[in-house]
Amino acid sequence: MAFLRVTSPHAHTVQDTASVMRLVLYATIPGIIALTWFFGFGTLVNIVWAGFIALVCEAAILKLRGLPVGFYLKDYSALVTATLLAIALPPYAPWWVVLVGVAFAIIIVKHLYGGMGHNPFNPAMAAYVVLLISFPVQMTSWAAPLHTLVEHPLPPGPLEAISINFGLLRDGVDAITMATPLDILKQNKSLMMEDLWLANPQFGLVGGRGWEWANLAFLAGGVFLLARRVFTWHAPVAFLLTLALMAGFGYDSGSSQSGGSPLFHLFTGATMFGAFFIVTDPVTSAVSNRGRLVYGAMIGLLVYIIRAWGNYPDAVAFAVLLGNFAAPFIDYYTQPRTYGHG
Amino acid sequence: MASASYSELSANGLWKNNPALVQLLGLCPLLAVTGSVVNALGLGLATTMVLTCSNTAVSMIRNITPDAIRLPVFVMIIASLVTCIELLMRAFAYELYQILGIFIPLIITNCAILGRADAFACKNRILPSLYDGFIMGLGFTLVLLVLGAIREMIGSGTLFDNMDLLMGPAAANWGFKPFDNYPGFLVAVLPPGAFIFAGLLIALKNKIDKTLQQRQLAQQAQAPVASKRVRVTGNIS
Repeated sequence: MAFLRVTSPHAHTVQDTASVMRLVLYATIPGIIALTWFFGFGTLVNIVWAGFIALVCEAAILKLRGLPVGFYLKDYSALVTATLLAIALPPYAPWWVVLVGVAFAIIIVKHLYGGMGHNPFNPAMAAYVVLLISFPVQMTSWAAPLHTLVEHPLPPGPLEAISINFGLLRDGVDAITMATPLDILKQNKSLMMEDLWLANPQFGLVGGRGWEWANLAFLAGGVFLLARRVFTWHAPVAFLLTLALMAGFGYDSGSSQSGGSPLFHLFTGATMFGAFFIVTDPVTSAVSNRGRLVYGAMIGLLVYIIRAWGNYPDAVAFAVLLGNFAAPFIDYYTQPRTYGHG
Repeated sequence: MASASYSELSANGLWKNNPALVQLLGLCPLLAVTGSVVNALGLGLATTMVLTCSNTAVSMIRNITPDAIRLPVFVMIIASLVTCIELLMRAFAYELYQILGIFIPLIITNCAILGRADAFACKNRILPSLYDGFIMGLGFTLVLLVLGAIREMIGSGTLFDNMDLLMGPAAANWGFKPFDNYPGFLVAVLPPGAFIFAGLLIALKNKIDKTLQQRQLAQQAQAPVASKRVRVTGNIS
């Protein structure tokens, strides 16, 4: 018989792991719709494929470990990991990239460290980093929101997406990818911010075209989760505030050396997705509310530092992994005082 | 101290007390140079040679080395041997020497070598010490080779690539590439991959040991036990 481990904070609700995980899955729906609208059906194909691999890997390794397979499969945690990773991946990543990533996340990052609730690192982000380091070409070709840019009929439909991701039409992938706004900002050496926006149609109103809507959708999903008390506000708010603050310091009203406005940083790349779906992971983040403020702020700071001066255009995965490293240390120094003790 | 038998020494060096899998000594080169078979073999051979010679030399002077300064003495011996190896490699395998770079001089700091000198060679006669050094080096080299093969295979999709750097021009086309457009799994060649695969190898070794032990126990349990009569009358004391 297996018992669910209950750790602090002891929230007095009837939420069990499965219902929380289901809520997280529901909350990703607006974001997935936005991604599909702007970038085509690639993300959906990846989610289905990743979910399938995750369930197979999870079942196999639970069996090997002699744990009740049905009990743990029904908690949806493998599906959540797979969905989060598939959302983070480029929509037209080839099938084997998804396969390697999900298998790595479930088998090595999750189960070799003890399984559900024992992993020191966020499985989706660790797998993302492994993929980014291993397959830089495939991982940095992000789809472009083509139909909003040029005279282009529609982004790839379901069948087209399947044939691209499963290798039949790999040549076509270059035609639907473009540098992301963060890429362009990173490469920019000479243009003033306003000219850069005029020169590159990928920029939208405040963030990137498409990206800003996807970020808004993930923000909506996050607010839904917050309202359902799946997590507390501390970590995401600290993360977003720190990132905005740092972007404010780095933004000298638009010279060629500046690093993008605070709004740009909040609504581009993986910011909102990271803030509400990754930073809030209860297993790998700090435990106390004060600890979560520090944890979120640290990740926000790291995201800006890596975006502005690092080698990679976006940084949420690296920053989250570094934050995961620091979480036990943060917990040590932010342990809440027992009531009645000085 | 009675010296261990040679078969015991072999079992220790190759499996039971393997420097890389059990003692976890010399992890720095183990993790740094096992990106390909040729690098692993080159460093493994160099380490084995140093280990054999240093064990022999330490054993020779074991009776005249004062206990208080034995470690500096050992380090001096190892350092001079490593310098010899370095010069030899520069002469005969210059390209490999350039690839291995700093890890050749770093053999001096390989704890496996100093460890064997202090734990074995300075307490045993010359021949067992020589054999111990050789077999420990062989155990280390084998693990390096396995790790190098796995990482080269998974990381770059080749096996025995560039063997001519070590084996001469005859080995130039030993390289073998099963898949033509293998994209490469870069993390396996990078240091994190070394940690992951070294960990998996250690886990595999422990698993094998455990299975063997269980099998042995099962065999013992099956051995017939002499029947015992149960005493049913009288006082049970």
